[in-house]
Amino acid sequence: MKSFEYVVKDEVGIHARPAGILVKEAKKYESKITISKDGKSAEATKLMAVMSLGVKCGQTVEVTVEGADEDTAVEEIKAFFEQNL
Amino acid sequence: MWKLSGKAVYKGIVMGPVAVLKKDGQQVKRIKITDAEAELARLQKAGEKAQSQLQKLYDKAVKEVGEASAAIFEVHQMMLEDEDYLDAIHNMIRTEMVNAEYAAAVTGDNFSEMFAGMDDDYMKARAADVLDISNRLVRNLMGQEEIDFASMEPSVIVADDLSPSETVQMDKEKILAFVTVHGSTNSHTAILARMMNIPALIGVPVNLDEIQTGMKAVVNGFKGEVIFEPSEELCQEAERQICEEKEKLQLLQSLKGKENRTLDGHTIHIFANIGSVSDVGYVLENDAGGIGLFRSEFLYLGRDDFPSEEEQFTAYKQVVQTMAGKKVIIRTLDIGADKKVDYFNLGNEDNPAMGYRAIRICLKQPDIFKTQLRALLRAAVFGNLSIMYPMITSVEEVRKIYGIVEEVKKELEAAGIPYKTPEQGIMIETPASVMISDELAELVDFFSIGTNDLTQYTLAIDRQNEKLDDFYNPHHKAILRMIEMVTQNAHKAGKWAGICGELGADPELTETFVRMGIDELSVAPSMILKLRKTVREMRVAEE
Repeated sequence: MKSFEYVVKDEVGIHARPAGILVKEAKKYESKITISKDGKSAEATKLMAVMSLGVKCGQTVEVTVEGADEDTAVEEIKAFFEQNL
Repeated sequence: MWKLSGKAVYKGIVMGPVAVLKKDGQQVKRIKITDAEAELARLQKAGEKAQSQLQKLYDKAVKEVGEASAAIFEVHQMMLEDEDYLDAIHNMIRTEMVNAEYAAAVTGDNFSEMFAGMDDDYMKARAADVLDISNRLVRNLMGQEEIDFASMEPSVIVADDLSPSETVQMDKEKILAFVTVHGSTNSHTAILARMMNIPALIGVPVNLDEIQTGMKAVVNGFKGEVIFEPSEELCQEAERQICEEKEKLQLLQSLKGKENRTLDGHTIHIFANIGSVSDVGYVLENDAGGIGLFRSEFLYLGRDDFPSEEEQFTAYKQVVQTMAGKKVIIRTLDIGADKKVDYFNLGNEDNPAMGYRAIRICLKQPDIFKTQLRALLRAAVFGNLSIMYPMITSVEEVRKIYGIVEEVKKELEAAGIPYKTPEQGIMIETPASVMISDELAELVDFFSIGTNDLTQYTLAIDRQNEKLDDFYNPHHKAILRMIEMVTQNAHKAGKWAGICGELGADPELTETFVRMGIDELSVAPSMILKLRKTVREMRVAEE
């Protein structure tokens, strides 16, 4: 299992559109990708669950990646967060 | 082919397909099913259809409004594929053996409640998106066609009646005409039709179940009739008339940039009435000399709390800046009577037209008033802004208003915020204000006669009551004499007087008003060039 922490910089937080792109991205990997905030967590492939975390600008999320392709997945997902959120 | 008559609120003629707007989408019923797999297959099909509808919306929106604004349709597509959402619907169908419509509607409600309960305004607003996709699924399952403004061709909207929120949502480019069963000549539909320059018929006894979206119709505002599925002959006749109207319109367009000057050299101002910042486009398009009535209510309607000073300031500033030095007369809030806003907690009144409304609210609750005044005084720095107070009945009221304005000025001064004291005028819309217009004229900078309310109060006729439309004679001598008296009293004090009610736009009275010495007519933007034409063809001195 790999994981990283990320502070969201987008001023509206993980809102609908980036959440949607994140879901698309997450579906590319075999690994299970989970996003957690304040004890709540959501699978990154589930749009409404990710949105319902209500992640706002400046908040920290923990992203965990677990599965066969976790090594590449964690790097690419991390890059995705940095570019989009 | 069949023909129905109604009352025309805007004259004009169009031909095009019908779009029927039915209220309260059919109730979703809970039905027991026996074959869950068949139900899931139906759901699957409805989902696929929804995806392709959304794709079309997305493509169109990208072209028209750009990718950022189109993204919402992409989000809808993704929401429709959401595993949790679909699992919830599937489970419900399987375990409760209920129809897909019911399962989709209930699941949509549950998910939307989840978003509505979040402590984040952006996420709260997503509740509407979840409901939207669920409604789309339900509509597809029921085989209903939606009115989808984005991909609709310009149509004749046929409806029972239209609420302000419905008309606001409509894409104005897509509306050829309105045909409604209910509504009075002062209804929102009527006001919108005049604003947009499109024919509208109200009080048309049309059976919405007999009309189908896509059917052809001719709406003739001159005759006050609508013809569904017209014959070939009638279509040709209509086309010929439409061409003629277009030519007339072009002729009017040639009057742009010209003065509102009579043949014998007398000029008047022709200004525009508007109700929102976006209407400024119509004002410029129709070459208005200014804005004679900017109804500030739009800032207060359709929301849960008072608009902030900043929000108001931004809106007013935008308008005065866009009008670049031309006069912009903003009327302070005119809530109450037929314009209800929940958060004002106005309570029910037996006689709201004569009730707690407009300036009366402002004087009783000066905090609300002061916020608006601060925003207005600050915006005045950026252009030619005037303030107009509605529903005045006495000199004392004006003095009280001035007292509050002075307080506001002191507060702004103390805070070092730049402001300007604008011209201040009043609406003359009560018989009382007409009778004391000589005294009022000494106090204020201008009068603007609100003929709708003035007529209602003078003739004792409720303008929202459709039954009274026959008794409502806007040309009543009493009203015309009042207008003349007000104008004379204004001039005696060296002030100007205008008309901003519907009567000001009545081409039959334009000559009368100009001869009375009215200085300004403020009308729906679509009427400006027509009045200019009348003015340019008349003489003040009677021959």
